[in-house]
Amino acid sequence: MPYVPAVMEMENAIIRMMDDVQRALQKPPSERRWGMVIDLTKCVACDACTVSCKAEKKTPPGVNYTVVIKEEVGTYPNVRAVFLPRPCMQCENPPCVDVCPVGATWKNEEGIVVIDYDVCIGCRYCVTACPYGARNFDFGEWYTENTPMLEPYETAPTFEYGEERVRSEGVSPIGNVRKCNFCIERLREGLLPACINDCIGRARYFGDLNDPDSLVSEMLRERYSFRLKEDLGTNPKVFYLS
Amino acid sequence: MKNNKKFNVAYWLVTVVLLAVGAVGLYWRLTQGHRMANYGQLIVWGLWVALYIYFIGLSAGAFLISSLVYAFGVERFRPIARLALFTALISLLAALLNIWFDLGHMERFYEVFSRPNFLSMMAWMVWLYTAYSILLLFELWFELRTDLVRWSEKAGLSGKVCRILAFGSKDTSTKSRARDTRTVKILGSIGVPLAIMFHGGVGALFGVISARPAWHSGLFPLLFLVSALVSGGGLLLAIYAFLAPDRGSEAHTALVADLGKLVLGLTLLDVLFTFSEYSIALYGAIPGDVGPLLKTMTGPFWYVFWIGQIGLGMIVPIVLLAWKRTNRNPNWVGLAGFSIVVAFVGVRLNIVIPPLSVPELQGLVEAVPSARMSTFYVPSTMEWFLAMGIVGLALTLYALGYSLLPVKPNKETSHG
Repeated sequence: MPYVPAVMEMENAIIRMMDDVQRALQKPPSERRWGMVIDLTKCVACDACTVSCKAEKKTPPGVNYTVVIKEEVGTYPNVRAVFLPRPCMQCENPPCVDVCPVGATWKNEEGIVVIDYDVCIGCRYCVTACPYGARNFDFGEWYTENTPMLEPYETAPTFEYGEERVRSEGVSPIGNVRKCNFCIERLREGLLPACINDCIGRARYFGDLNDPDSLVSEMLRERYSFRLKEDLGTNPKVFYLS
Repeated sequence: MKNNKKFNVAYWLVTVVLLAVGAVGLYWRLTQGHRMANYGQLIVWGLWVALYIYFIGLSAGAFLISSLVYAFGVERFRPIARLALFTALISLLAALLNIWFDLGHMERFYEVFSRPNFLSMMAWMVWLYTAYSILLLFELWFELRTDLVRWSEKAGLSGKVCRILAFGSKDTSTKSRARDTRTVKILGSIGVPLAIMFHGGVGALFGVISARPAWHSGLFPLLFLVSALVSGGGLLLAIYAFLAPDRGSEAHTALVADLGKLVLGLTLLDVLFTFSEYSIALYGAIPGDVGPLLKTMTGPFWYVFWIGQIGLGMIVPIVLLAWKRTNRNPNWVGLAGFSIVVAFVGVRLNIVIPPLSVPELQGLVEAVPSARMSTFYVPSTMEWFLAMGIVGLALTLYALGYSLLPVKPNKETSHG
């Protein structure tokens, strides 16, 4: 019998996590600490998270808030594949924040690193400072440029940070740096981040790390977890189970 | 004189071509934004950032050399002190233009003043070079003032320009000149720590980034200062050796040789710093640190390092400036300076680009199917054109200033 993690036996992780989110929303924002747990033993590198993020945020070519790194380890016939989904780590000590010359990016009281598109000057210093490659510059490109028309999925408004924006030439977020914000605008409505909802293998989990009863807290108590580049002291809030 | 005429024709021909090409680049940049640029998500800074630190280095270096005279009273270099200040001003302008066009939202540059974040080295850098540029303008004006007043009498454009720039000042008395000299000494003295802070700050801007181990070195601010002095010195050396009105005189030959000695010393210091930076990193062999260096030395642009940085930037100038048969000949010494000026474009490219070309996480590049996510970068035509236009503009302003203002390195102007 293969090992079945305890969480699989539960009725529905999504419902449990949505309850966790609801509970967290009852608290003052500064008492929440949103975090993500990614079970690497269950990730099949289907990129559903990558795609759902694309659909949710309508990000242009080259801008990816979450990606899945896929690597082959070993030599044939002793080969295995390792997968590493990589959203923004929402570091407790985010190196990208201090470097911003105009304070256009900061860690909000819920612990999410956010960007004010109307302030960002597009110097891209923060992109160089992120140790995880989580920040992207919006070059103003389109998937359907050089076709008869831009497809509606590119021109439809987005609601990042709860602001309705239609991407167009020379207007923010074009010319800005962009990144994963744990779908803060969905959280406000009690919804889970898009990548959590759409993970086909239930490898991604989300919740309030300050709440001992949340699913993510429970998993981190029971399983061995690690974070990326912990030696840099960034203190990420994305945990990996292996 | 005949040679001079030929040089002028060639100079303006090159400048006009650069400006024309630059106009195309500017049109593309303003209508297409960053779409026609080749930097991407990984190598997120490119040619313009490299040229920014190149020109800002030239500026800081030229300024610090002028301070030898104005702050420290090294009279030996007085004949070129004004030229050094003027060179610092034009280089600064070219630097700022480069970095301005690099911004995603050029129209928001003022935010660095209206809402600075002083935890950011970039904010510090902007504030410090703003202070520096104000100081530079004032220092240059006080240094030129009496000559501007005198030149106001001249007929033609030069007289008109000098009259405007004298801002109504009329006093050319020895007493007023002595007052100016004191002011210049004070400004020059404030300028020295300021230039060290702002250019050290540019080095620190890179040095503080722990995510890029190849930048994250305590040597960076110092390395930037040394290389600023070398490149700024090299530029002055080339300009003075080839363009001084007193070319061929004994005084000129002697001063070129002495300036050459200064640049030689600075270049040797740069060799020491560069060796220290590279050898320590290579021995440590941390992938994020050694990867960019190996790429610099053995990657597709190995020649920028070996032929540019080492050959033209170190070996050629050291040989020309140290060898008895060349180091007293203004042409060879000037060539050494020119060689440095060319090589340092490569030095700056190698500081900015290779450290960004190694992905922060292994496999990240392959995970993103986009041409923007690449470990390879060559500037696009638009980037080259715009940069060439900025150089053309700098050459235009330099030539205009050189011919219209009392900044030429000769006895008439240098002793006020």
